[in-house]
Amino acid sequence: MNPWDLIMNNAPALAIAIPLLGAFVTPLINRAGRKAMLVWVIAVLAFTEFIALLLVYQVNTYGIQVYVFGANPHTLTVPPDSGGIPVRIIFTIDGMSAFTALISATLGLVVGIYSVGSEKFQTAQEKFFALLLLLVVGMMGMALTGDIFNFFVFLEINSLAAAALVSYHLNKGKAVEAAFKYAVVSSIGALMILFAIAILYGEYDALNMAMIAQRMYQTGFSTYDMIAMTLILVTLAMKCGAVPMHYWVPDGYGEAPGGTSAILVVASQASLYGLFRMSFTVFGLSANTSSLGWFMIILGLLSMFIGVTMAFLQHDIKRLMAYHAVSQTGYMLLGVGVGLATLGTAAFNQYGLYAMEGGIFHIINHALYKGLLFLTAGAIIYRVGTSDLNKMGGLAHSMKFTAVFFLIGAFAIAGIPPFNGFASKLMIYESVYQLNPFLAIVAAIVSMLTLASFLKVFHSAFLGPKIYDVKEVPKSMLFAMSILAFFIILFGIFPNIAIHYLVAPAAHALANPLGYITKVLGGGA
Amino acid sequence: MMSKIVRTQANFLYPFILIFGFYVVAHGHITPGGGFQGGAVIATGVALVAVAYGYDTIKKWIKKTHLTAAEGIGLLCFIITAFIGLSTSFFYNFLANSGLIFGNRVPYGINPGYLNTAGTLPIMNLAVGIEVLGGLSVIIMYMMAYGREVKQ
Repeated sequence: MNPWDLIMNNAPALAIAIPLLGAFVTPLINRAGRKAMLVWVIAVLAFTEFIALLLVYQVNTYGIQVYVFGANPHTLTVPPDSGGIPVRIIFTIDGMSAFTALISATLGLVVGIYSVGSEKFQTAQEKFFALLLLLVVGMMGMALTGDIFNFFVFLEINSLAAAALVSYHLNKGKAVEAAFKYAVVSSIGALMILFAIAILYGEYDALNMAMIAQRMYQTGFSTYDMIAMTLILVTLAMKCGAVPMHYWVPDGYGEAPGGTSAILVVASQASLYGLFRMSFTVFGLSANTSSLGWFMIILGLLSMFIGVTMAFLQHDIKRLMAYHAVSQTGYMLLGVGVGLATLGTAAFNQYGLYAMEGGIFHIINHALYKGLLFLTAGAIIYRVGTSDLNKMGGLAHSMKFTAVFFLIGAFAIAGIPPFNGFASKLMIYESVYQLNPFLAIVAAIVSMLTLASFLKVFHSAFLGPKIYDVKEVPKSMLFAMSILAFFIILFGIFPNIAIHYLVAPAAHALANPLGYITKVLGGGA
Repeated sequence: MMSKIVRTQANFLYPFILIFGFYVVAHGHITPGGGFQGGAVIATGVALVAVAYGYDTIKKWIKKTHLTAAEGIGLLCFIITAFIGLSTSFFYNFLANSGLIFGNRVPYGINPGYLNTAGTLPIMNLAVGIEVLGGLSVIIMYMMAYGREVKQ
């Protein structure tokens, strides 16, 4: 078999196998020198990005993909002697999975490039990069897996790697404390998910998401299902940082070193993906989707408003941005929540699907601009050495590129054309207005408050007389920021590129749980 | 360092703990246990010696770099075994029923358990065992080093 066929056939497995292998080999290669290790890490991340693009291509061309680990052939989901139960671990890749995997791989690559410069003077860099690769494994695995226990395993990989990365700069113990808080919160959450999985396994004798969804649909939605659903959805909402479970976000994002906050944003979005996958595919057929949708809408409204108002009080640049991340997560919950609330009614085709597309488009936009903002914050801290806004000022004199990148990110997050935040926010306003005008009004007000908050940051960090005599940051950091800035402008001017190839397939995949189930249980041909 | 009685007991028990740990690892595919459990048993042997003799003595005998190397080698063996089956599918059990090492067919019905079966599973168990003995032992070493730091 030639190498190209090998990659094409095994793309879903390679998406986690390559970064996993990369993470294990990184400490060994580091013995040959720092440069060799960096080249290796960037090469692995670039190859992962290529695999993620390949997955998007495969899903858009051939429809939902299944991959069965250890089976012969690799599409054999239900072996003939298994009694109709998918016994092996199955990866199921539909539009939404491929979309999340692409974001994870992209931000992984960008943060990898950025960290080459920003972590230059740290010790134990090989451990940092190994953990970064493991975090990518966790996110990719959560996005691609079709097995609920496997999802839990990757969630744990994600949490542990993220917690260790947060504590990488000890920062007089403050970062360690933040990491400890994050680790405790996510472990408790993971135990709740494990308990819910045990309930579902006891009830349906299956761990495959499609199998659970089908059997739940046949036997009806029981009280046990409701307990399991609550445990899973609350935990995942906590992991994605929705109010009122957002308390770990400012600490975790705020204390993480340089680029790591940017990848933590995507790590939270992997949990957001899990929230959508569980509520649409696993529970969507049986549960009352209207009330589930309103649950998400209310979480979204709370997150949007409380996040942005808390951000006003902050004078630490990274904590401020962390609260804005909470606020922006609210938009995604609002958009997709409106889609879920109208699922199965006539309103879904009128505006529900459009709202979902807006919410999902906002996921990738948020990853891009919030990633860029965290990278610029990391650049400022790298040069100035403080994250306190009151001590900054006049940085635009010497750090011109960083200032421009910050402005691009700030305008994008505030929803100003021609940047990408405008495109997705407009889609959300236009569609949620039709469900209830109040939702759109809150969303618009929050957007204005966001702009005000970021103008304050820009003013206190970059304008004014020259205080610090600093140089521009290293080229690798600037290059990483410019990649994100390029995509922000590209998706702002031509939103149709993203919507056509990434967002619309993702929204349709979420809205069609039956297609997902048939693909897995129908023999996989 | 603890009393002479404890040290003698530790000397006596150490090889047995290691043998039992490796037994659990090697028989992972036919008896309860496996790579993780066996590796954890082996690490308890390290913990016993470390407690009996104290950190200052033990750090001359057991090097942290060797343990982290064991960790890395175990993980690499695991993922490389998974990669070898890639032409069929990732994690494909290419050794099962092949007649090669661990490649015998399991006879039908009640049997005493044959070690030379199950294909790549024993290899993965060994890899996990090596990884876990390295990982847990190095955690013990770091905790003892930290405990000494706190005392000072």
